Amino acid sequence: MMEIQLTLNGKPLTAQIEPDLLLLDFLRSHGCFSVKRGCDTSNCGLCTVLMDGKPILSCSLLAARAAGHAIQTLEGLQEEAADFVGFIADQGADQCGFCNPGFVMNTLALLREIPEPTDDQIRGFLAGNLCRCSGYEGQLRGIRNYLESRRKGGENHGA
Amino acid sequence: MIQIQKYVQAESLEQAYQLNQKRSARILGGMLWLRLSRGSVGTAIDLCRLGLDTIEETQDAFILGAMATLRQLERHPGLNAYTHGAAARAVQDIVGVQFRNMATVGGSVWGRFGFSDVLTFLLSLDTAVELYHGGRVPLEEFARRKPDADILTRIHIRKTPGRFAYQALRVQRTDLPALTCALSQIEGETRAVIGARPGRALVIRDAPGILRDGITEESARAFGAYVARQTPTGSNLRGSAAYRSHLAEILTRRCALEAGGQNV
Repeated sequence: MMEIQLTLNGKPLTAQIEPDLLLLDFLRSHGCFSVKRGCDTSNCGLCTVLMDGKPILSCSLLAARAAGHAIQTLEGLQEEAADFVGFIADQGADQCGFCNPGFVMNTLALLREIPEPTDDQIRGFLAGNLCRCSGYEGQLRGIRNYLESRRKGGENHGA
Repeated sequence: MIQIQKYVQAESLEQAYQLNQKRSARILGGMLWLRLSRGSVGTAIDLCRLGLDTIEETQDAFILGAMATLRQLERHPGLNAYTHGAAARAVQDIVGVQFRNMATVGGSVWGRFGFSDVLTFLLSLDTAVELYHGGRVPLEEFARRKPDADILTRIHIRKTPGRFAYQALRVQRTDLPALTCALSQIEGETRAVIGARPGRALVIRDAPGILRDGITEESARAFGAYVARQTPTGSNLRGSAAYRSHLAEILTRRCALEAGGQNV
């Protein structure tokens, strides 16, 4: 066992862990159930969280490596996410919903990095978030509608 | 999933080197491939506290720390200006942004993976690796070596003026490539690099001087055919040997035309 200290959703946390514990399992054991295990091969994006503001795959990072860093999951970013998830729901783009937390986390990272992304930039940034229900077009429409609403000062909010 | 008995964030390269002399020890890069392997690691050695996570630009070189991520490579303005965007094109379809925020340049190069876009791209440049004990070694020579217990610390790219292009074919975006191709013209030398053959990337120089008198549709086509003839290919689930040989010809031709300033 080893001790780590990190910041989880803005709160300092100290924990005893095994050296090979993955961040995904660490987060779920601390109540962050938005973080999902999908492919388990670093490909699907379901386990996306932010480390120091950058999106990473928690299924592929040792919890030990997160020591000293700030980790954010959807549980800690609900207010920021609430702005646009209604637009995704309006398009019926979440369907089964399993990929949604990872998709939302990476979209937040996209909008922080590129506030006015083009369609190509959206597709490129979200290429690592796989969805087996939607075909991605509904999600793209939802993001477009959100951006359009934001340009108009927040009118026509989604559901 | 690999099992790890002990995890150490090294405080110096010397400490990391000493720990790495045990056969059961492993240096951690991005850990994206390592985590998929089976077996047990005695000591996992993390270089994340050694300041190797930067890309430095000097007057005559780019110096990539081994822990710099593929995303840093993709977004570095100086490196992309120098390579006419080839750096970004080489990595932008590797899985997703999250993956590229974790995968390290050092891990990609040290692994000498056959499918590596990064190795293909870097071999087309004037690149050397810096090893903690072994010193500076040309990347082409390093790529032929078998892994040992040394530590890759940095990658040096000389800013020799030249023309660069990168193309790869994936059956589907974010998948591993069926073939990778980089082309450069530096100090009068043209080299094509073909990776994902599926073997390790191979450098093929324009020994017959096919492009010596300039890049035209005809010379690009002839160089593509030459490179395809010189490139051993094999089959796996991403493509047959015959398909890869065809791709080698086509992608080399496109790279040559791109380096020659034509829209492909």
